[in-house]
Amino acid sequence: MTGPLGRPAPHESAVGHVTGRAVYTDDLQPPGCLHGVVVPAPVACGRLLAVHTAAAAAMDGVVCVLTAADVPGDPLIGPIVHDEPVLATDRIRFKGQAVAVVFAPDREQARRAAEAVRVEVAAEPAVLGIDAAVAAGAFHTAPHIIARGEVQAALDRLATDGVVVEGEVRVPGQDHFYLETHAALALPQEDGDLCVVSSTQHPTECQRMVARVLGIGEHRVRCEVPRMGGGFGGKESQATAPACLAALGARATGRPAKVWLERHEDMGTTGGRHPFLGRYRAGFRRDGTLEALDVQLFSDGGWTSDLSGPVMDRALFHLDNAYFVEHLRFEGRVCRTDQPSSTAFRGFGGPQGMVVVEDALRRGARALGVPPEQVRRQSYYRDGQPAPYGQVVPAPRIAAMHERLADDAGLAARREVIAAHNAASPFHKRGLGLMPIKFGISFTNSLLNQAGALVLVYADGTVQLNHGGTEMGQGLHTKMVAVCADTLGVHTDAVRQMRTSTDKVPNTSPTAASSGSDLNGAAVLAACTTIRERMRPVAAGLLGVPPETLWFADGAVHGPGGASLSFADLAKQCWLQRVSLASTGFYATPGIAYDAAAGRGTPFFYFAYGIAAVEVELCGLTGEQRLRRVDILHDVGDSLVPTIDRGQIEGGFVQGLGWLTDEQVVIGPDGGVRTLGPSTYKVPAVGDVPLDFRVQLLDRATEPGVVGGSKAVGEPPFMLAIAVLEALEAAVAAFGDAPFELRLPAHPEHLLRAVEQARGHEVPA
Amino acid sequence: MRPALRFHLDGAPVEVTDLHPTTTLLRWLRATGRTGTKEGCGEGDCGACTVVVVDPAHPERGPRAVNSCLVLLPQVADLQLFTVEGLAQGATLHPAQQAMVDALGSQCGYCTPGFVMSLVEACHRPDLRQAAPDDWRLDDQLCGNLCRCTGYRPIRDALARVAGTSPDDAVATSLSAPPASPRGSLDYQGDGGRFVAPDRLEDAIALLAEHPDARVVSGATDLGLDVTRRHRRFPLLLSVARIDELDGLDEAGDALRIGAATSLSTLEAATATALPLLHRMLRYFGSRQIKHRGTVGGNLCNASPIGDLAPVLLALDARVELASVRGRRRLPLSEFFLGYRQTAVAPDELLVAVHLRRPPPDARRGAYKVSRRRELDISAVSAAFVVHEIDGAVAHARLAFGGVAATPVRAIDAEQALLGGSLDADLDAALAALSAQVRPIDDDRGSAWFRRTLAANLLRGFVAETASVPFAPLAPGHSATVAAGSQPSGASR
Ligand SMILES: Cc1cc2nc3c(=O)[nH]c(=O)nc-3n(C[C@H](O)[C@H](O)[C@H](O)COP(=O)(O)OP(=O)(O)OC[C@H]3O[C@@H](n4cnc5c(N)ncnc54)[C@H](O)[C@@H]3O)c2cc1C
Ligand code: FES
Ligand code: FES
Repeated sequence: MTGPLGRPAPHESAVGHVTGRAVYTDDLQPPGCLHGVVVPAPVACGRLLAVHTAAAAAMDGVVCVLTAADVPGDPLIGPIVHDEPVLATDRIRFKGQAVAVVFAPDREQARRAAEAVRVEVAAEPAVLGIDAAVAAGAFHTAPHIIARGEVQAALDRLATDGVVVEGEVRVPGQDHFYLETHAALALPQEDGDLCVVSSTQHPTECQRMVARVLGIGEHRVRCEVPRMGGGFGGKESQATAPACLAALGARATGRPAKVWLERHEDMGTTGGRHPFLGRYRAGFRRDGTLEALDVQLFSDGGWTSDLSGPVMDRALFHLDNAYFVEHLRFEGRVCRTDQPSSTAFRGFGGPQGMVVVEDALRRGARALGVPPEQVRRQSYYRDGQPAPYGQVVPAPRIAAMHERLADDAGLAARREVIAAHNAASPFHKRGLGLMPIKFGISFTNSLLNQAGALVLVYADGTVQLNHGGTEMGQGLHTKMVAVCADTLGVHTDAVRQMRTSTDKVPNTSPTAASSGSDLNGAAVLAACTTIRERMRPVAAGLLGVPPETLWFADGAVHGPGGASLSFADLAKQCWLQRVSLASTGFYATPGIAYDAAAGRGTPFFYFAYGIAAVEVELCGLTGEQRLRRVDILHDVGDSLVPTIDRGQIEGGFVQGLGWLTDEQVVIGPDGGVRTLGPSTYKVPAVGDVPLDFRVQLLDRATEPGVVGGSKAVGEPPFMLAIAVLEALEAAVAAFGDAPFELRLPAHPEHLLRAVEQARGHEVPA
Repeated sequence: MRPALRFHLDGAPVEVTDLHPTTTLLRWLRATGRTGTKEGCGEGDCGACTVVVVDPAHPERGPRAVNSCLVLLPQVADLQLFTVEGLAQGATLHPAQQAMVDALGSQCGYCTPGFVMSLVEACHRPDLRQAAPDDWRLDDQLCGNLCRCTGYRPIRDALARVAGTSPDDAVATSLSAPPASPRGSLDYQGDGGRFVAPDRLEDAIALLAEHPDARVVSGATDLGLDVTRRHRRFPLLLSVARIDELDGLDEAGDALRIGAATSLSTLEAATATALPLLHRMLRYFGSRQIKHRGTVGGNLCNASPIGDLAPVLLALDARVELASVRGRRRLPLSEFFLGYRQTAVAPDELLVAVHLRRPPPDARRGAYKVSRRRELDISAVSAAFVVHEIDGAVAHARLAFGGVAATPVRAIDAEQALLGGSLDADLDAALAALSAQVRPIDDDRGSAWFRRTLAANLLRGFVAETASVPFAPLAPGHSATVAAGSQPSGASR
């Protein structure tokens, strides 16, 4: 068999990408299209007194100015709790909140008119940041607690028998910085129906919320997604508001209406990764075993609850990372602040949780006087041990992967080389760091673990493939085409991946939680299998062989003794014999459930594993660092398309690197975001990536029960970048013996500060 | 006077009328349905909007990747413009496109058109033909393009496949045409705005005398932000880009003259051997795209306290030449910066050139820039040092900094502290004087503490480096962390 599964392949749209022909939402320019520009709230908090729109409405070109009063349906949207007014009603909840939206045929006209709208607010003091929210008692959620064993007793015992460390970590936020900003285009259809083209990871959510704000049935709204220029979680819930605003414009004017955000609007209003505050006490046995862990987490959810609850859940679920901890208490709570709403971002809280436990682990290792590796080796999950929430971690692969990476990357020898270099080099020190990960796969909200597909085979043997997942660059469509072609035994060019559309597959889950190919792949497999099994008896009849002896491959159906029939001929015969060539497919992940009140359950279908080793060099004069070498061993099960998986691993690692080093979201004292573009917000550039970047996929890694034996790969590699912190701390420590604190993100100023501390010099608070 | 803007777009002649001269090339491309070119930021920092231009009057300069979001439409008049949509011949991809497909260089694809255009330029850079994998010029070629998906490794691979291969494409055809006569002058009006680009200095200063409210524009990499970020619609723009006298580097012995409108990439190429200290700083300046448009005059007249050329030019005792209908004058660069974003240029004056002398070959010298991100970032602190010791005693010292005060400055007290002494032995005295003089700003790019510490540390590093302590083992290769710009000289050790 020579199916496409497991083979290297370019991205399904690669030619479209390189020629500029691949279409994104803002590239669509229907005649008569209006452009909507949002009027932002001028302050972070206050009572909205009045919105004066008359002057703007009278300006050149302006077709309409809409405020909350113009919303025909329910103005409150939101993915879980509907607490997000699509246009401000009575209160202002963050600087930049949408108060009105101006539509004009030319975006520039709309923008000028938006500036002319006067917003009257009785300003009130704003709650900014986690500390202020905690002090004010401003929370979105009640505490979520996961506990087992006797953590206090264990810590008391380990304080004498072992080592107990305490720490506080401030984990930074992050802007998604997808290259394509948010965009939505609403196209009026017959009878007031609407088609919304959106750059969204969650077309069903857009459909639902548009129907809600317009006060019409979901069947009157179709949401289409051509593709996204990057999503990373930022277009899971946050794409809904632009879609609703565009829909309101189309509804009010009967014309196509587009809302596209300029970069500064996108960065200033659509939120990013949740900043976290973690406080912990960790108890270690003398041999390094992490035995007791007591952690309290707060996250900054911003003005709406959005996805903050589940993000906190996932952070709590990953406070154990890859380590079995006997006694533990994890508590997490989401703060409510007058800032843009934090939202989903690759890893979904998992990275923040892992940064906290890894900080505890490094601090513990320092206190014990052993390398962090020893703590890890002592603490890795062993077969059959339960995770904090009770789910058994089956056959954990991580300990073996650690040994293999240590060998392949020659860590022991390199540590000696590094020590020698550091002894001889006064200004540049090197450091090595590791990061193992265990990442739970499935939406933590169990109900979302479902997916549908619709496969249409035409009488010439060509195939249209629809599924509920969206393409944002992660290669989902490439993988789905491979699954489809493999199941039907056709060539990938016979399969046309169609735009994601809610009129093909309804009630979809967001393409998120790394689950896109697991869930949609299973649905595509089911649909294709149904069609193939209908075709089989037809082929058996034509070839005169028993049906069970047939196999589908290479664009044909084959039987014993060289009998064969092309797939196209078979499709035609099926049509002539009135056999259905279309099928839906559906999949729901079996066996998962979680009880948040009890903090117990089986939230994950399986775990993905990976481990990275990173070597850095740090300049003690400037705080500049660079990565000298990265080695990654990652477990993707049996890769569906290895080239795509490698791309996810490298890209995820580099995005994590940016999060922990040079990217810093700055919020001003007025609550406004100050980092509004790439001039001040520095995502990694080409030179930040090490030339020596070695990625291996774990072999013989079949994951039973998942399509093609594969594993999810979208999020897990992001967290491998946490190795950089260990490496940097090692390099800082090589400058001096004094205690230091490396603040995050570890950009040159924070690194130089730590180096100065390590040298025993005074640094400002 | 010409009523229209004319240029070639992907080989076909185009005429534009009636648009305001502040219309950016990117907005025009997208508004006319050429949506293959993307907008990622509108501020020159992401590269998604990259296109390639060829100046028919200067084919020897090769094709230049530029940020179309910061190019004003009148600036492309009479040029040849190439976009991602014009590269493929039917179903046959351009080698740059094919390399991106083969190397799996696209994921979401939104950055891809911009990368492809940077690769197209690279195809026609013979100097990259034999570049080693860790050659900094490969990073420099790509650092103006951000990708959030791939992690860059595959894109770098694609670049390595095509760099310097000189494919026989439409760009090559336009390069091999005999040089056209210079572009002549331009006077464009549209939608209530006017854009004048005289080709003679006299005409330019005459216009400025008549219209002191005219806004001078050179490469527009600073001014373009006023248009895209602050939505300024300048009614009258005076471009200096077509004046021959303002373009290029002239050498006469140790004396150098740099025309104010010389692009930074032209300067970078010309200074590799002529003035390594300046070349070194240009290596860390903006991106390839920015250096193709940005100019020396724009950098100085913009008068940013963190402009990167000023420290080097201050350390070289540069003098600036200004012209108006009242005549010409020269003044030392140290008297040029009057205050925060204020210069000595009178409203009717143009900056014409920068004059300087090469430092003595045995002087110790270095140029440094520290920014949060190594590439395409604005400095926290930049510095340039020239110290000449004769018989072990410092005879001449210039210590210049950006980012430590409201303007780029020389640390005069620290220089004084060194004179007559020894750089290595009197370092502490110089550092003390430096610390008393610097008044760093405190902002999101760096706290005052950080900048103060950097200023001192860069001087320390310079001394160590030029005394041959391995201060900067990172310097030569890939993504050097510290710009160790000195040419350590045997005589000074
Ligand atoms: C993405 C990006 C990265 C950048 N990176 C850097 C960097 O690393 N380091 C750095 O220093 N700068 C950087 N800059 C700033 C800018 O590119 C430089 O300052 C550049 O040299 C400006 O030149 P220009 O020709 O584009 O100036 P313009 O924008 O054309 O003009 C700038 C100002 O100078 C005036 N002016 C220009 N020429 C003359 C003249 N001959 N006579 C009188 N007045 C004149 C103009 O009126 C205007 O006020 C960056 C800018 C961007 C957008
Ligand atoms: S759009 Fe980002 S550089 Fe032009
Ligand atoms: S491929 Fe998505 S930004 Fe580069």
